[in-house]
Amino acid sequence: MTDTAQAPGAASLPGRATEAPAVARRKLPIKGSVVVMTLYLVFLLLPIYWLLNMSLKTNTEILNSFTLWPRDLTFANYATILTDPAWYSGYINSLIYVSINVVITLVVALPAAYAFSRYHFMGDKHLFFWLLTNRMAPPAVFALPFFQLYSSVNLFDTHIAVALAHCLFNVPLAVWILEGFMRGVPKEIDETAYIDGYSFPRFFVKIFMPLIASGIGVAAFFAFMFSWVELLLSRTLTSVDAKPIAATMTRTVGAAGIDWGVLAAAGVLTIVPGALVIYFVRNYIAKGFALGRV
Amino acid sequence: MSLELRQVAKSVDGQTHIHPTDLTLTAGTMNVLLGPTSSGKTSLMRLMAGLDVPNSGQVFWNGEDVTGLRVQDRGVAMVYQQFINYPSMTVYDNIASPMRLLGKTASEIDAAVRKAADLMQLSPMLDRKPLELSGGQQQRCALARALVKDAGLVLLDEPLANLDYKLREELRAEIPNIFQEAGSIFVYATTEPEEALLLGGNVATLWEGRVTQFGPTPSVYRKPVDATTARVFSDPPMNFLDIRKSGDRLLFGDGQAAPATGALSALADGTYRAGFRPNHLELAKHVADAMEFTATLAVTEITGSETFVHLDHHGQRWVGLIHGVRDLTLGADLPVYLDPAHVYVFAESGALVAPAAYAEAA
Repeated sequence: MTDTAQAPGAASLPGRATEAPAVARRKLPIKGSVVVMTLYLVFLLLPIYWLLNMSLKTNTEILNSFTLWPRDLTFANYATILTDPAWYSGYINSLIYVSINVVITLVVALPAAYAFSRYHFMGDKHLFFWLLTNRMAPPAVFALPFFQLYSSVNLFDTHIAVALAHCLFNVPLAVWILEGFMRGVPKEIDETAYIDGYSFPRFFVKIFMPLIASGIGVAAFFAFMFSWVELLLSRTLTSVDAKPIAATMTRTVGAAGIDWGVLAAAGVLTIVPGALVIYFVRNYIAKGFALGRV
Repeated sequence: MSLELRQVAKSVDGQTHIHPTDLTLTAGTMNVLLGPTSSGKTSLMRLMAGLDVPNSGQVFWNGEDVTGLRVQDRGVAMVYQQFINYPSMTVYDNIASPMRLLGKTASEIDAAVRKAADLMQLSPMLDRKPLELSGGQQQRCALARALVKDAGLVLLDEPLANLDYKLREELRAEIPNIFQEAGSIFVYATTEPEEALLLGGNVATLWEGRVTQFGPTPSVYRKPVDATTARVFSDPPMNFLDIRKSGDRLLFGDGQAAPATGALSALADGTYRAGFRPNHLELAKHVADAMEFTATLAVTEITGSETFVHLDHHGQRWVGLIHGVRDLTLGADLPVYLDPAHVYVFAESGALVAPAAYAEAA
């Protein structure tokens, strides 16, 4: 709330400065705030635009000229990706392990978060904080142990291997987010349900989960995003059968050099799922970033 | 039907919430738990419901030990001070939910829900979600849910405390009528003596985790067994005066004296605590043998037709409830009068020695 309240005030400051001398205002009809916002958006969107721009060009145009929009519009790059199994299997692999990861994360984090929000036990606060410290370690730290472990138990190059590895980062975050949302539900609702005769599983699914639906959505979103963009572990733990799209993209240097146009198209297609998910949880995302503690 | 608590005690983290308590509630009675905040009303109620398990002692339901039984298997209904409903369900589903879990048929459920909704004047709102209702309607929805369950034990934990004044009056009048037909045991927690008196039935006064007295409400009000009960069951709290009876004189404060009149003249010599309710303190001498005190006026509060006077009587705070609006000077010495027939006499230990004469007569 405070962020949105400050933003218009901060943006209007330069505007007020130009208003002060009446002569200057006539000469400068463009408000300072508009300039700032425009510059901000341009810099923010420029790389994305350039990616889109490239994906619709031929390699010749990309390499030989500087054009602000495609002169020789082509969808061949996209066609390549959607027809070549080497490309689209990367998307399928990524989607499979990301989905598995989201499901495991929620199934594990929901009961854990409920326990943290409702019960007191020895060391609960320390355990809760320790969970978050898991997120502080860079994935690179875990690449080696995971690689060795999964190789020895024949999990190497499977979807479940990547999904489980990502749980190390996603479960603690999901527990934190869900705990915040659950704390907002009065304990009396639980008790009323028990008094009414609900068993715990039935209460949890029928009454409790609808109450924290937005929290579940936000937790799923964060799990999805991390797993979708994470490159190091997913590349280390896979070779062929479960090779993620991000790995496919970074390994595409053929004999004819780098295929710029196809790479750009792959990049655009990689952004799409994330953008879609963000669209669906946009109303809850701020609360999610505050870990439900708004 | 009966609920019996036998030597039930509860402590949490070394803090005693409920001292060993014996209490027997019988079918078709309204039982009021009266006590100030954190006196143990809710703790006691949670033990009755089975939400908490006592550290020692047993709970019997119809003579059967149900101490460790899950709350789902207890057949109780409870309404909280906060308006607790299931926000994701409609009002209809909220009211129907306990019956559905009992496995009743759809027609039975429908009939019961509509009847309860009618009683609680919720019929037009059955399709809405609880959070779209006003506070009073939300609480009525919770009450309706407790009602349809037809539970043997219905626990109401300050159900009206968060409602506005008008709604409270309305619901308070309705509740005893609605629940009387059901024939269940009702337990109603409140902080307000007035509410306890209006609800009637039995009252258990609580003070710091102890039930100080349990009995029919009017008789507990008129004859409290000790000073603590009298203090709990009086709003504003009862005024006290340490007195020493010596012959036909009452000595108090630093050297003041008053003749022992009325019932007080029959007391044996010794030290006592005299207690009297704020509405018995008067600014004029209405009866011939009234005792006269001089007290300093500290604060006055005018509530429309009545005046609360806060007095300082030699270091003791007294409150008087005077009829009519009075224009009094703060800080001035004020003569106040007390009919000896309105004085309760407690021993130094707090036990009642002699109830007020007016209470005996009533």
